[in-house]
Amino acid sequence: MTTKREINRRHYAWRQYSNSIFRIVFFIAIVIALLTLAVLLLGIASKGLSALNWDFLTSYPSRFASKAGIKSALAGTFAFIIITAPLAFFIGVCTAIYLEEYAKKNWFTKLLEMNITNLAGIPSIVYGMLGLVLFVRGMYLGRSVLAGALTMTLLILPIIIVSSQEAIRSVPVSLRHASYALGGTLTQTVFRVVLPVAMPGILTGTILAVSRAIGETAPLLTIGALTYVAFLPTNPFSEFTVLPIQIFNWVSRPQAAFQDIAAAGIIVLLAILLLLNATAIILRDKYRKKSME
Amino acid sequence: MTSKTTGQPSRSREKLIAKLLFACALLSIVTTVLIVGILAQEAWSFFSDVPIQRFITESEWTPLFEPQHWGIRSLVYGTLTVTIGAILFAVPLGLGSAVYLSEYAGHRTRSIVKPLLEILAGIPTIVYGYFALVIITPALKAFIPNLGVYNALSASIAVGIMITPMISSLSEDALLAVPKTLREGSYALGSTKLETTFHIVIPYAISGIVSSVVLAISRALGETMIVSIAAGATPRLSFNPLESVQTMTAYIVQVSMGDTPYGSVEYRSIFAVGIALFMFTLIMNLAAMFIKEKFKVSAKL
Repeated sequence: MTTKREINRRHYAWRQYSNSIFRIVFFIAIVIALLTLAVLLLGIASKGLSALNWDFLTSYPSRFASKAGIKSALAGTFAFIIITAPLAFFIGVCTAIYLEEYAKKNWFTKLLEMNITNLAGIPSIVYGMLGLVLFVRGMYLGRSVLAGALTMTLLILPIIIVSSQEAIRSVPVSLRHASYALGGTLTQTVFRVVLPVAMPGILTGTILAVSRAIGETAPLLTIGALTYVAFLPTNPFSEFTVLPIQIFNWVSRPQAAFQDIAAAGIIVLLAILLLLNATAIILRDKYRKKSME
Repeated sequence: MTSKTTGQPSRSREKLIAKLLFACALLSIVTTVLIVGILAQEAWSFFSDVPIQRFITESEWTPLFEPQHWGIRSLVYGTLTVTIGAILFAVPLGLGSAVYLSEYAGHRTRSIVKPLLEILAGIPTIVYGYFALVIITPALKAFIPNLGVYNALSASIAVGIMITPMISSLSEDALLAVPKTLREGSYALGSTKLETTFHIVIPYAISGIVSSVVLAISRALGETMIVSIAAGATPRLSFNPLESVQTMTAYIVQVSMGDTPYGSVEYRSIFAVGIALFMFTLIMNLAAMFIKEKFKVSAKL
């Protein structure tokens, strides 16, 4: 017969045992997630690297996979970003400043905040439908760079607003008080004291939002961005295509050769995003040093 | 002295700036109003041609060929098949990662794993779509020989991978917000780490965790490129993950890409589908917000 002591001992051993088992179970979850990342990157590299060369970057799309390139797609991505990034930055930061520094705590401000949270959760394709009716049709912009850029601006605004708000909120109150004590007005305090200190965080958020815009496909498909473009956009009213749409076009074809250049396009896309994120980190560090001085 | 010489902005300039800032903030409200207004208007005009009863009760969705059927349920089933699959995949992975990172991992593991998970979160969905079609589907075919080239399962897995970092980082935030004293109290009573995690930490953080899952569901419902590439274009009234399905988002892409003339009934149908999609995600987003509000209250106690 097992004694009570024996039962206790076994129970204790079992508790220790399940504790160490679950430690491994939780760890496996991370391992699976990271393995997937590895498989994804290696798989794309193995398919795409052979198709990646200088000609691929400098050729227009073609019916032949071996001659096709991403020149017009790269130009299109660049063209809409130089409109979207400053526009979204300006409106986003202004909104964040308003909410953090100027807005009174009332139901309307609460509504604004809730609305922004909700906007961030609306599927990107819905923004595409908004852009289609409002910009492409309503404002007669057609399938232009400008229509795409405005649609993307609305899409990434909530991300920039929320990250800018966080950056502004993290500025110590003592800095504001010092500014007021020196006779600074609210506007002076915000633009000369708070903003410079918050800028690293704001820039990081903006660059992440811009990365999101560069990788987005669905809204631009919906507004009717073309899939075959053999010219460069020359002005905001040019028609255009972007890198993700070019990749989508190639992925949708059955031939293996096109799948491989799709992978090559993905490598370029990921490289651009990596570069942007590295820039975000460098900018942040630089600003941080400046604000320390 | 005039205000210019002292560098002191005049009162009217202060007011002007405040107004400009307010106008920017107002733009977000305008965006929401426009989204709802445009979807509603276009959907309304669609429903004047196709009665809403047909939209809800018919069992087939064949708007692009004769005889036309407008039963959105087929698209909803496709969307739900992919979303449920994705959640089944992402919840164990995301929560497991979150628990490991917040409760077990040392500083060094965290500093390596967190940025890697962030990379996973930053990968564009088009890349996941390629991954599903070119890598996941062939790999699955080794186990399930009768799997089609386009199927809901691969898309589910890819969407699941996409939303895993979202669940793990939001849940981890919720777990980290649990006061350390609670854990120490539990250890002092002789609990193991596992018992502390399941009996103390997770119950305390549950609303944050649930809200992260609800947000992830919303993301999965609205995901477009992965399903357009890998799940196919066959609306079906079934939950079979091995078949080709069509989601609401994939239908919108299909019509946008095709040569359906703008303004035709077929074209306007994307707005009816769009408003349904918008409703689904809106409910999820509001639910997540509501659950998190509750969390804030309990954290104050």
